[in-house]
Amino acid sequence: MKSFAALVVKLGDSSKTNDKLEALANYFTLAPDSDRVWTVAIFSGRRPKRFINTRQMTDWALELSGLPRWLFEESYHTVGDLAETIALLLPAASIINNNEQSLSAIINNFIELQTADDNSKKIYVTQQWLQMDYHSRFVFNKLITGGFRIGVSQQLMVKALAKVTLQSASAIAFGISGRWDPAVTSFARLTSSASVSEDPGKPYPFYLAHQLAEIPEALGPTEDWQAEWKWDGIRGQIIKRQDQLFIWSRGEELMTDRFPELHFLQRVLPDGVVIDGELVAVDNRSLSEKIFTPAAFAVLQTRIGRKQVSKKILADAPVGFIAYDLLEDAGKDCRNHPLSARRRRLEEILSTMDSNRIQLSPAISFSHWQELVDIRKQSRSMHSEGLMLKRKDSIYQVGRKTGDWWKWKIDPLTIDAVMIYAQKGHGRRSNLYTDYTFAVRDGERLVPFTKAYSGLTDKEFAEVDAFVKRNSLEKFGPVRTVKPELVFEIAFEGIAASKRHKSGVALRFPRMNRWRKDKKPEEINTLEDLLALLSLYGQ
Amino acid sequence: MSLIQFTEKGLYCAKGDFYIDPWRPVDRAIITHAHSDHARPGSKRYLSHHLSKGMLQQRLGTISLQTIGWNEPLAIHGVKVSLHPAGHIIGSSMVRVAYKDEVWLITGDYKLEDDGLSGAWEPVLCTHMVTECTFGLPVYTWQPQQDLYRQMQQWTLENQSNKQCTVFFAYSLGKAQRIMHALAPLQIPMYAHGAVYNANEALQSNGIALPQVKHIDAHTTKKELASAIIIAPPSAVGTPWLRRLGDRQEAACSGWMQVRGNRRRQHVDKGFVLSDHADWPSLLQAVEACNPTHAYTTHGFTESFSRYLREEKKLWSEAVKTQFGTEEDDQHITESDKTAAI
Ligand SMILES: [Zn+2]
Ligand SMILES: [Zn+2]
Repeated sequence: MKSFAALVVKLGDSSKTNDKLEALANYFTLAPDSDRVWTVAIFSGRRPKRFINTRQMTDWALELSGLPRWLFEESYHTVGDLAETIALLLPAASIINNNEQSLSAIINNFIELQTADDNSKKIYVTQQWLQMDYHSRFVFNKLITGGFRIGVSQQLMVKALAKVTLQSASAIAFGISGRWDPAVTSFARLTSSASVSEDPGKPYPFYLAHQLAEIPEALGPTEDWQAEWKWDGIRGQIIKRQDQLFIWSRGEELMTDRFPELHFLQRVLPDGVVIDGELVAVDNRSLSEKIFTPAAFAVLQTRIGRKQVSKKILADAPVGFIAYDLLEDAGKDCRNHPLSARRRRLEEILSTMDSNRIQLSPAISFSHWQELVDIRKQSRSMHSEGLMLKRKDSIYQVGRKTGDWWKWKIDPLTIDAVMIYAQKGHGRRSNLYTDYTFAVRDGERLVPFTKAYSGLTDKEFAEVDAFVKRNSLEKFGPVRTVKPELVFEIAFEGIAASKRHKSGVALRFPRMNRWRKDKKPEEINTLEDLLALLSLYGQ
Repeated sequence: MSLIQFTEKGLYCAKGDFYIDPWRPVDRAIITHAHSDHARPGSKRYLSHHLSKGMLQQRLGTISLQTIGWNEPLAIHGVKVSLHPAGHIIGSSMVRVAYKDEVWLITGDYKLEDDGLSGAWEPVLCTHMVTECTFGLPVYTWQPQQDLYRQMQQWTLENQSNKQCTVFFAYSLGKAQRIMHALAPLQIPMYAHGAVYNANEALQSNGIALPQVKHIDAHTTKKELASAIIIAPPSAVGTPWLRRLGDRQEAACSGWMQVRGNRRRQHVDKGFVLSDHADWPSLLQAVEACNPTHAYTTHGFTESFSRYLREEKKLWSEAVKTQFGTEEDDQHITESDKTAAI
């Protein structure tokens, strides 16, 4: 556990990718096999089921620390992380046990304790706490609560594993994807190109594109490129192998059960096929047509996270799949074939199916780049986020790569608003006021309509923070009312009607685009402007 | 009327007609220490400790300044005033103000651990204590400084063996000198950013002995700096100034580094929890040792600390709004560092 804790600390503190990579590679070289497997599992978001809840953890920590509950809560609010708060507040260990258990042994304890009574759990946890140093405590708590955000991307871990095992990064990425149980998987099996026959549901790592910064003329002749809409849904992968159907999201979540309207694919798709595409909401009115029309993302949102799907929700928010690419054909990985060939095969496969729930993402025909600039302007009305540009001879790569694929998203919607409330951030911003609420004007009134907490530089945050501290009007718990003076341009990707919000609208991905120091609070947009955007672009 | 009032301009003693660390210009100001949130320009007359002289003159320009030593009482309009070591930075003092039965102690900033430079903190019995509580939450509990020094030394040596120089970001007055002392035993060449170098000079003009540190200027080469120790103010984090240093590892040294999120926000390689402020246990210990009947809290987590004193220690306590620190952000030096020449 000590070496795992040291790794977590190093990864969390270090600001240089190379240092992180080296720390990971060192760890994977030296750690025992079972620890390596659990490390991969934890860093890729797999963890054992919680055996205690946060309330129990908090109560036991309070008991040991002897602090009043309100002070514990104040501390938590400042630190922003429960595992860390508890690690900081526990009394110092009386004797540090240097022969700590290994990571996997501790996780096995967790698994065994799942069926134990509360008292045994309490004895176990408090005893562990009392013989650990701060770092081990923190990591131990994190293992219990989950949510390890330690500043390491999946890609970096894949790189480190590739370095240590002398395998290609794409083989590793495939090996650690999908469903596998860390308790019974060996490290060798995990990092060898695991065979699909053992795990028919195994998805391929997604190929992701970078945002194109300017007009694509620099990309060369238009005939080398294929343009498509960048549909506004959830990127997904549909797999049919061994007569079974699997639907994965880009977040590597298996979502097969959530989309019953796609289960017919199990019957109609040929075996040994993997299709990359976008799960989108379907406009109800187009259900009877041959080709469906995608609806706004807000509609799809009512389906995400919903494991039980009622008849009503199926009728209100039907889902379809827009196919982008073919990754496996007749049981063979075809990611190394050129895009044009893959697309031809995909078209053939889809044409045999008579369904209006799966359709090929249409290629947009164009002969000049300038033409595409104009086409892109229609994105929003198509419920798309912009365009995708793919080199026709490109292979299907792993992860986010530049060169062959580009996304060319449309400019966001914007509105100028004034900041009226501020709240301290969490985690890395726990000392600064970084979470703001913004309002538009409605006659004499200011109407709050969104929160935003990203988009400014650290320097700007510090500046706004200083303003908040000097210009607080009132305090409601952690929230400060501030003088309505600072104007920001709020950018967002979508807008929908909402009964829960005072303003009547909810924004998608709101963030601060620019600090409009040139604008006075009198010059901000009005509620009317906001509602106009809703009627133009809302669902 | 109580002996000390909390006014628009700062803490005021009407009987003696003087202010303590006022944030607006006044006739007579007693200054606890030279950090910029405590020592502000524009007042007619200043009173402070001998060891603050150099820094105050550097920062406030030509001022009318009287200096005294610790435990040397002075009568101002019949009010007894004395300074007592606060242990925060060199010259930092707590101010004791006494008239008849009322004894006030204004702590300024302080820490209980003796850093060997600032003078060891001494308890002062009082009836009314105005205490800072920059780190007034129990999550802020420091490791002993010797442990930290060892970690800092070890890390510096590691970097040296990797042919990297080691940069420590620390307030140029106080923390910087503490780090210089802590690392001097390594006998690795030490260099300073202009702001730190200026502070060193001011302290040396006061007769304070400091380890040898070179000024980084236009003539300093990367070669010279390779595997050296460099001390720079926090305001230098992420600035182009750092480019002249070549391959390096950077550390932030501050009490705020206790919280992981703050460490990450700094975008440095390492955070050392080295503070010149009292941690939570020290704050409680200080209040207990000075044994006031009334405790006013300023700087930082004032509400939490005073509530704790009230509810858990059964002590009369109130949070006071001042312009010391900037709420939870210890900005002390950063402002003056920004204007200091590189
Ligand atoms: Zn200070
Ligand atoms: Zn201060």
